[in-house]
Amino acid sequence: MTPKSALRAEAAALLAFFEAAGAVPVEADLLLPADTLLDLYGEDIRARAYVTHDPDRGELMLRPDFTVPVVQMHMAGGAEPARYTYMGEVFRTQAAGSGRPSEYIQVGYEVFDRADPTRADAEVFALFAQALAPLGLRAVTGDMGILMAAVDTLSTTDARKAALRRHIWRPRRFRALLDRYTGRVALPPARAQLIRAMQAQGAGALIAEAGPEIGLRSAQEVAERLAALVADGAAPPIGAAEAEVLGVILSLKAALPDAYEMLCDVCVDLPGLAPAVDRFAARIEALIAAGIDVGELPFEASFGRTTMEYYDGFVFGFLAPGRPDLPPVATGGRYDAMTRHLGGGREIPAVGGVIRPELVSRLKAEARP
Amino acid sequence: MTIRLGVPSKGRLMDKTFAWFAERGLEMRRSGSEREYAATVDGADVELMLLSAGEIPRELAAGRIHLGVTGSDLVRERIPAWDQAVEVVAPMGFGHADLVIAVPRLWIDVATLDDLDAVAAAFRRRHGFRLRIATKYHRLVREFLRDAGVADYQLVDSQGATEGTVAHGTAEAIADITSSGETLRANHLKILDDGVIHRSEATLFRARGATWGAAERRAMDDLSRRLVRTTV
Repeated sequence: MTPKSALRAEAAALLAFFEAAGAVPVEADLLLPADTLLDLYGEDIRARAYVTHDPDRGELMLRPDFTVPVVQMHMAGGAEPARYTYMGEVFRTQAAGSGRPSEYIQVGYEVFDRADPTRADAEVFALFAQALAPLGLRAVTGDMGILMAAVDTLSTTDARKAALRRHIWRPRRFRALLDRYTGRVALPPARAQLIRAMQAQGAGALIAEAGPEIGLRSAQEVAERLAALVADGAAPPIGAAEAEVLGVILSLKAALPDAYEMLCDVCVDLPGLAPAVDRFAARIEALIAAGIDVGELPFEASFGRTTMEYYDGFVFGFLAPGRPDLPPVATGGRYDAMTRHLGGGREIPAVGGVIRPELVSRLKAEARP
Repeated sequence: MTIRLGVPSKGRLMDKTFAWFAERGLEMRRSGSEREYAATVDGADVELMLLSAGEIPRELAAGRIHLGVTGSDLVRERIPAWDQAVEVVAPMGFGHADLVIAVPRLWIDVATLDDLDAVAAAFRRRHGFRLRIATKYHRLVREFLRDAGVADYQLVDSQGATEGTVAHGTAEAIADITSSGETLRANHLKILDDGVIHRSEATLFRARGATWGAAERRAMDDLSRRLVRTTV
């Protein structure tokens, strides 16, 4: 076990590296208001973060990540464009018996810049690649924007697209929705029965005899959803060809240039995908311009799909090859939507990532003869 | 050293536990007065400890008792990675209760978890906060809803009278224990078709982390033989 002082030195070296690249060092509180985090991440964060209570401030969480406080700080009055770096502990509860640390240091780099988001993607990736170069890690990239654009181009109702987009980060539920929208799986019997009863008796009568109106969700809201269910029942299924193309995109794993070729082919069937594929191509150019050898750089369309749901564009990770026991050494991505969510009406394109110095130091030590 | 067995200290759960062991030839009774929380077992190398049913999971997890009788819902809720900490010796066939998700009967558009998820999304858009589910079983409910891919909800803590929270406007749905469904019906609630989180019953558990020396193992083998012989 590396002593904490050595880990701090490792972290300080990374922080100095990001400062030299032009980032302003910033600090963030250790105790963060729970409501912001809960609103953003949902109930799952309670299982992952340490929750505590303050007599005046109510429920608080020990900082589970830096992104939220750094975004809040920037949205509250940071100058534009901005580049920040930070280092410090984050706290995550781990599964019983997993042996993974529940307290570890992160060093991060975040870019808030409207000028050229694609170039900012490449800048962050190239900087991380440079900082981690001596470790011989395997880099992997993904693009949540491609997945979202693919959903948007489906020829189906807006309600169905919204439902699919909402569950992009939950592959099982996404698959269940898609199976229903393509007609592969029949409507649940209770739903079919309900629609028949509504056609026979009318929604108003059914609601009136169901029970008294209790709670905040009103009879009006129930009636609106019933209307939406009938509309959904009447919508034609998503065609098998389209669903197949979506499946091809979701399972796409190839080196970046090959992935680009395949996405271009897909555009023949889904022309709506073209703007997202153009951005993908522009990012490859930007990566090349930043000195990255993209020829062998892996692209996995579903990379990042099961992790934090705030990423909505380019995503990347740096993994120790042959060490599936270790978490990624570094991860990052674009999170424009989060700045909108936390910005109170304002937004700014943002991209960044974090490194775990403890893993850097461990891999360095293991590499020494 | 004998093995220590924790059993519920009062009420029907204690009576039925005593009866269950008696049917298997192990007579238990309180020693001394009704107020004293000590008891003895005739015919086995077992030290009986009368504990609050709610504390038995904690004592099992800490290994301070070798065996304990409590509801399987409490063990799953209160012991992280419960199956690594304890082992089921025998389900006891009483104290049945289901942990379920229930919503207002008015919600005729909601029959399944799929529906609950869709309604949670619409509710959040309209009301500006996540749909509230009142419960005291935070861990079990959260894991269940995560596995089902339900999003946009929040849990609010309710340690009692949970069925009333919807009518009082402090929650939109509940997750609670029910045996007959009577209280749910009286409060105008219905169970989701796929909303049974756990079917609980009183269960005899063995603590993996207790001290299991030669003497304890011998006592346990002896006890197991008696339990098995009379169960079959």
